[in-house]
Amino acid sequence: MSAGTRSEHYPVGIAGVSLREIERRVGPDEAPPLPPNAQLRTVGQSAPRVNGRAKVTGQARFTVDVTLPGMLHARLLRSPYPHARILSLDAGPAERHPGVRAVHLIDHAIGRAREIADPGPAAPTGRRMLYVGDPIAAVAAVTPQEAQAALDLIQVVYQPLPFVIDLEDARKADAPRVFERAVHSESFGEPAPQLPQHGNVHGPDLSASRGNAAAGLNAAEVLVEAEFRTQVQTHCCLEPHALVADWRDEGLTVYISTQFTAGIRAELAEAFGLPLSRVRVLVDAMGGGFGSKSRVGQYVLSAVELSRRAHAPVRLALDRHEEQIDSGHRPSTVQRIRLGARRDGTLTGVSIDAYGTAGVALGAGVGNFAQSIYECAHFALAQSDVFTHAGPGAPMRAPGNVPGAFAYEQIIDELAERLGMDPLALRERIDASPVRREERRAGAERIGWSRRRPPGSDPGTLKHGLGMAQSHWPALIQTNSACEVRILRDGSVEVRSSVQDIGTGVGTVLAQVVAEELGLAPEQIAVRIGDTDFAAGPPSYGSRTSASITPPARNAAYRALRQLIENAAPSLGAAPEALAARDGRICTADGRRSLSFREAAALLRTDEISVVASRSDDYGGFGHRMGDAAMARKGLGGVQFAEVAVDTETGRVLIERVVAVQDCGRPLNPRQIESQVHGGILQGISYALYEERILDAHTGRMLNPNLEQYKILRSRETPTIEVHVLEHYQGESATDAYGIAEPSIIATAPAVANAVYNAIGVRMRALPMNPAAILAALGRVPQPSGPP
Amino acid sequence: MLKKIPPDSPRCAHRPAHDIVGPGAAPITLVVNGIARALSIVPATTLAEALREQLALTGTKVACDRGACSACTVWLDGAPVCACMVLAIDVGDREVTTIEGLAQNGPLHPVQSAFIAHDAIQCGFCTPGLIMSCAALLAHTPDPSESQVRAALGGHLCRCGTYPHVIAAVLDASRRGRSRP
Repeated sequence: MSAGTRSEHYPVGIAGVSLREIERRVGPDEAPPLPPNAQLRTVGQSAPRVNGRAKVTGQARFTVDVTLPGMLHARLLRSPYPHARILSLDAGPAERHPGVRAVHLIDHAIGRAREIADPGPAAPTGRRMLYVGDPIAAVAAVTPQEAQAALDLIQVVYQPLPFVIDLEDARKADAPRVFERAVHSESFGEPAPQLPQHGNVHGPDLSASRGNAAAGLNAAEVLVEAEFRTQVQTHCCLEPHALVADWRDEGLTVYISTQFTAGIRAELAEAFGLPLSRVRVLVDAMGGGFGSKSRVGQYVLSAVELSRRAHAPVRLALDRHEEQIDSGHRPSTVQRIRLGARRDGTLTGVSIDAYGTAGVALGAGVGNFAQSIYECAHFALAQSDVFTHAGPGAPMRAPGNVPGAFAYEQIIDELAERLGMDPLALRERIDASPVRREERRAGAERIGWSRRRPPGSDPGTLKHGLGMAQSHWPALIQTNSACEVRILRDGSVEVRSSVQDIGTGVGTVLAQVVAEELGLAPEQIAVRIGDTDFAAGPPSYGSRTSASITPPARNAAYRALRQLIENAAPSLGAAPEALAARDGRICTADGRRSLSFREAAALLRTDEISVVASRSDDYGGFGHRMGDAAMARKGLGGVQFAEVAVDTETGRVLIERVVAVQDCGRPLNPRQIESQVHGGILQGISYALYEERILDAHTGRMLNPNLEQYKILRSRETPTIEVHVLEHYQGESATDAYGIAEPSIIATAPAVANAVYNAIGVRMRALPMNPAAILAALGRVPQPSGPP
Repeated sequence: MLKKIPPDSPRCAHRPAHDIVGPGAAPITLVVNGIARALSIVPATTLAEALREQLALTGTKVACDRGACSACTVWLDGAPVCACMVLAIDVGDREVTTIEGLAQNGPLHPVQSAFIAHDAIQCGFCTPGLIMSCAALLAHTPDPSESQVRAALGGHLCRCGTYPHVIAAVLDASRRGRSRP
C-alpha cells in the first residue's frame, strides 16, 4: 500500500445480472469512482457526434481536402514486375520536365520484413523489386498531371526474375526466394524472439504453446481434425492513404490520414533526424484506416523527402489501384487443427499448425484466439509466415483473431456435433468466462436458438440455418496516453489530445466524460484532437483508444475542477470539499449556495486552468506490459448469432439476421457503439461471403484492384442486426471503458459458417463462401482449382 | 429545390457540334448550388475534379474515380450522378447541386438531421454522397419502403458499415417529412 493512496468502492459485475462493489486503493489524484451509468447524466447516453454537423454538410476537412499555398503534387513510380532487378534507371528526362520540382529515387525500401544483415541504402540501380507496385521513385510537380507525365519519362531497365505468388509453391525448398537473407522476427511491429527461416518460410513461432499437446490428444476420447483456409482481404478505406508534407527550416508539418498522429511524429522524427519538438502531425476528419494507417509507409517518406528537396508543401494521395496493391491487406491463412476432448466436452489437447502469407511482410499469424478462449492445459500452436512476391500485409481489424476464430469456432462446433452436444452446451462446459455465459444466454433468447433444427434438415431448395460463434480480444491500454483539460476564464472548456477520431467518435465520448465531471453538457466542451501540438494521446488501433484516453480525460477534468472550486470556495463561503459541479453550477450539497460555472470561472486569477493527465495503471494491475502499452488482466468477449438462408440452386448465401451481444466495459455512448458493431458485423459478413484479392499467377498483378470487381457487402446484402451491449464494470480505471471495434468482427465469419453448415449440412472450411464455393461443396459443380 | 428531369432531356452533348475545345484549358461556366461559376479546365477534367480543385467544394469526395462507389454523388438537375463519371465540359447548363448546397446557410435538410440523430456516420467519407442519394430518393419518393431505400443506396460503398443506421435515418426523415403540415 503506497503512500497517498486512498480506498474507494467501485461497482463491478454486469448491470442487471451481477452488480456488486469492491474496494480498490487508488492514487491521490484519481477522480472518485464513477457510479453505474443509470446514475449518470451524460456518460452512457447517446450524445450526437461532436463533428456530426461538419460531416453531413461536407465541411469536415479530410487530409485529401487539405491544400496549402504553393503545394506540389507527387506520384510514385512502381514496379510493373512481381520480381525484378533494376539494371539501370535514368531520371534525367523527368527532372528536366517542365513543372517538375523534385525527384526522389528510393534507395532503401520500408514497409516490409527487414533483413537482419541489411546492407542499408543502395543506389537504385541493382535494387530488387519484390512485388507489382513496389515503389521505385517519386516525383513532385506543380500539377498531378505533370507529375504523372514526368513518371512516364523515367527510364528503367528491369531484369525480370523468377517469382512466386502461390502460397503452397512458395513453401517449397526450390521456390524463388523473396528475401535473400533472414529477416528480423516481429510481433505486431514490435521486435520478437528470433525465429528460424528456411527459404520463404519464417517460423514456426511456438511461443503460445503450453503443456504437452501430443499427450493431451492421446488422452482424448474424441478427436476432430480439419483444415481451414482464409483468403486475402484488402482494407479498402474510402479515403486513400494520403498526406501533405510541409518541410520548412523551422520544422516539419505533416497533414496525414492516420490512426496514430503521435506515432507518425516519432517515426518521422527518427527517419529525418529531427527533434520531436520540430515535427507536427495533424489529422482532422479521417476516412477509414482499419489498421492500414497505423505507421509511416514508403509513400510518407517519399512525400516528406520531396518537400524537403523542393522547399514546398507536397501532396501525395494514392489512387484506388495503388490502395488495392500497396496499402496493406489481411494475410491469408491455412490452419490444420486437431482437437481432443473427453465425452463430456472437456478439451484434453489442442494442436494447431498455421501458415499464411502477408506477401513481403510478416504478420500472417492466427492471433491469440485459440490459446485464450477455452480452457485446455495441453495446447500447441505452430505458426509460420510464408513470403511471396506480393504487396505487404498490414494489421486489419482484429488481425489474426479473425481468421483464427473462423477456423476454431467451426471446429468447436464440429466437436459438439461429434459429442452429440448443442454448441452452446459445449461452450458452457469449456468457456470459463462469466461474461460470455451471460452473452450466450441473452443472445440465444433473442435469436430463438430453440428453433434450431438438425443440419441440412430444411426441405426444399432454400435452406435455413442458425449458427453462433464467440469472440475473444485482449483489452489493450496505451499507457503512453495523455489528455489536457482547460477551463477558460469565460467558462468555456476544451479537451485537447493528439488522439485522432478515425470514425469511432472518440471526440464525442471525450466531451461526454469531461462534461459529466464538470456538470456541463457535452456540446459545451470544445474537442481539439488530432494534433501533436497537444498532449500525446493513444493510437486508434487495437481497440484501445477509449480505454486509454477517457480515464486521463476524466482525471484531468476532475483536477481542473478541483482548482476551479478551490478558487471559488471563499466567494461561496464554503469549504472546497463541500462543493460540487452540477447542472452548470458550482454548488453546495444542499444547493443553497451556488455560482454558475461561468461565474466561478470568472474568478480565476489567470486566463485559464490547464491540467494534463496521463493514463494511470489499472487499479488492479495489468496482465502484462508491452512498452508503451499494456494488456488488462481480462479480455473482451462477445457472442454472435446468425440466421441464414442458402439457395442450393444458385449457391447464394443470404444473411437474414444477426444478433450480437458484446462487452466493452462501461458503454460510454450506446449509439456510437452500435455503429461500430454494425461495422464489425458487416465487414465480417463481407469477409465471409464476398471479398477476395485475386492475383494473376502469370504476371503477379492483382486482377480486381478496384471497388467493383473486388466485391464488398453493400446495402442490399445488409441483414437485420440486433446489438446488445452489456454494462460490465471492473473497477480498473476512472471510466472503466474499453473498445468495441475489434471484438465486434471476430465472431461474425464463424457464426455465418456455422449457420451455413446448419442450413446445408456441409462444412465450409474455406473463405469466401461465395456461390461457386457453395455449389462445389454441394457437389453441384466441380471443385474449383482455387485462385493463387 | 429538386427538378424532375424530362424524359427526353439530353444526357450530354450540350455544346453545339462545332464548338470544339481542347486539348488546352477552355473556359466553361458551371451553375453550382445556384451560382454561375466561370472556370477554365482542360477537357479531361471530371466534374468531381472541377468542384474539388477549381471551386474548392471539397464536400464531394472521390474514392474510386470510376463510378464504383458513389462517394462523389452530386445532383445534375436534381438527379444523382457520380461526379467522377461526368466531364465538367459536358455539364452544360444543367444545375449542379453539391452537399454544400443542400442546406446553404439554412437549416439542415431533413436527411442531414436524421443522419446526425441516428448516427448514420462513422468516418464520414462516404457520407456526403450517401446524403445526396437519400435526399434525391425522398424528393421523388417521399414515402419509400425499406427495400426502396436499400436499392437507392445500392451503388454506394460505406466501408465502415453504416447501412443499418442510414436506412433508419432515411425512413425517419421520410416519416418526419410526411408529418409536416
